[in-house]
Amino acid sequence: MSALLEVDGLSKHYPVFERRLFRAAKQSEIRAVDGVSFTVNEGETLGLVGESGCGKTTTARSILNLVTPSDGAVRFRGEDIVPVFKGSDRARMLEIRRSLQYVFQDPWLSLNPRWTIGETLKEPLRVHRPEAPESWDARVAELLQMVGLEPHHAWRYPHEFSGGQRQRVGIARALAIEPKLLILDEPVSSLDVSVRAQILNLLVELQDRLGLAYLYISHDLSSVRYISTHVAVMYLGKLVEIGPVDDIFTRPRHHYTRALLSAIPVPSPGEAQDRVVLKGEVPSAMRRPAGCPFHPRCAAALPVCATDEPMLMQPSAPHRAACHNPA
Amino acid sequence: MLSTLASASSPVTAAPPAPLLEVRDLRVHFFVREGVVRAVDGVDFRVNPGETLGIVGESGSGKTVSSMSIMRLVPPPARNVGGQILFEGEDLLAKTPDEMEALRGRRIAMIFQNPATSLNPIYSIGAQLGEILRWHLKLSRAEADARVVELLTLVGISDPATRLRQFPHELSGGMKQRVGIARALLCNPSLVLADEPTTALDVTIQAQILELLADLQARLKMSMVLVTHDMGVVARMAHRITVMYAGRVCESADAATIFNAPQHPYTRALLESMPRIDQSYTGTKRQPLPTIAGRPPNLLNPPPGCRFHDRCPEASAECRRLLPLETTIAPGHSVSCLKRGSEGIAA
Repeated sequence: MSALLEVDGLSKHYPVFERRLFRAAKQSEIRAVDGVSFTVNEGETLGLVGESGCGKTTTARSILNLVTPSDGAVRFRGEDIVPVFKGSDRARMLEIRRSLQYVFQDPWLSLNPRWTIGETLKEPLRVHRPEAPESWDARVAELLQMVGLEPHHAWRYPHEFSGGQRQRVGIARALAIEPKLLILDEPVSSLDVSVRAQILNLLVELQDRLGLAYLYISHDLSSVRYISTHVAVMYLGKLVEIGPVDDIFTRPRHHYTRALLSAIPVPSPGEAQDRVVLKGEVPSAMRRPAGCPFHPRCAAALPVCATDEPMLMQPSAPHRAACHNPA
Repeated sequence: MLSTLASASSPVTAAPPAPLLEVRDLRVHFFVREGVVRAVDGVDFRVNPGETLGIVGESGSGKTVSSMSIMRLVPPPARNVGGQILFEGEDLLAKTPDEMEALRGRRIAMIFQNPATSLNPIYSIGAQLGEILRWHLKLSRAEADARVVELLTLVGISDPATRLRQFPHELSGGMKQRVGIARALLCNPSLVLADEPTTALDVTIQAQILELLADLQARLKMSMVLVTHDMGVVARMAHRITVMYAGRVCESADAATIFNAPQHPYTRALLESMPRIDQSYTGTKRQPLPTIAGRPPNLLNPPPGCRFHDRCPEASAECRRLLPLETTIAPGHSVSCLKRGSEGIAA
């Protein structure tokens, strides 16, 4: 498998000014994403997991330059695309955007309520395929069928659809210009269980048929297990563990990953779950602990964890954890 | 209005192993411009003393409306149009607003979904929790403060005396939900209703809150109704489970039976459609997930027959015509399905 997308040391820092009474304002920064590196191979799915505020959505948006990264490189097929987005070559930028598309979490908010589904699906074509307007209608019909809707749905408005159907439209819109990689930001979180399975099946089917790669962001670990080939775990802006999906789920090395996995209630009553309940809550990104960001909540913390930040070791190993005392 | 409806029904006789709460044939309809939405349409369930009942279902199944009607808190245009809610032998639907007022928060309490919006932002924790005690139990300010501190300690809040003077915005989400739980337990209620108590929380915080609730439930012998869409949460928490679909109950049984030997086609399909965290799906093991085709019926004009018939793999002609009634197929296990021996009525 060749690498399609390589994220290398990606960071996004936000400056903050703390206003203080009778004293000069203090400037500090929130490190929302801090030196995150991972690779998405062609035709594979990388699941990006973590709790709210850990930086998974900011990471995804930085890849598409929807927020400008502070540091690091994003390589698409070997080419660093961060300078392209910062530069003025609009044609080249559109070319890259054509290959990377985004599916949003909330299908209620991400579709324009005043546009018909057909208009919504034509918008990417209008931007990226302006030369052939006569082909748009046929493409819209094709897209609708691809995601399990009917061609006549093109004349309907978003309010006429259920949540699951809207998410199908969101996926169709992302597929309109034949991307290579879809960034799926919590695509099933707002859907009911029975509809969730339909959308997950659709994503898998489209991946097999079109050879797509996915960056699948979710806090729903059971859907991550189902859809991903690899999983990356984030905590307070840092990547703490990355590896093949079954390794992460059956042999997690980082203590945060272990706690996260054991926190999910398993739908088998009475089954003794080996539960690791974490003490305390995720600290604010503004007051990130020194050393390993997880050490104040970690049961296996060593003295070194409070002072030295652990790095993801062995760049070539498939399964890596940033931990001084891995399980 | 409500009391005339209820008094028209037959007088109540308590069954021998008296359940704490028994809901019989509850009907709550929404009277909207387009017609009548039958959100809850003939629902039965019961809660035994010291037991947690999990009510599960997807959005629109009527689980929240059912639990809100126990508190008599369904807002217009919803109206209770039938049934009985027997709590400690008394029909709550026959009570006057004043009687309900005296009962809410004292004998039945509620834990809400979103701790950020269910606490009043302009009162300190001590003021808003103390008010409940002063109102219901006529405690003095000092007595109320002492009881609030006791409860905050019970739910695992450190330094409770300081928290008393803090405001909700000074607490984290998990902390606020602990305050919400303490508030529900202030007057030692015999029944606690918890509607998606952990849905708004992150998974590691959810695990903490579930552990706390399970521990309190066992220690205080609390009876609880836990409303959720998360099958994992009910598996962890509930002794018995009632599965709802489109305003009706599909199946009720103890937790192990629901998960290991479900009988209703909807319960089975729901469980099968969930990917499992403890199962590998790599390579050839990634088969399509079994799905439930279609979507829930519009309850504005529900089709005749079983509410699940158009999505059910086993449906026959009579399922399209007859509404199945709840039938006990084993002790403590009831199902509403014509294919499992339920009687049907034309409706």
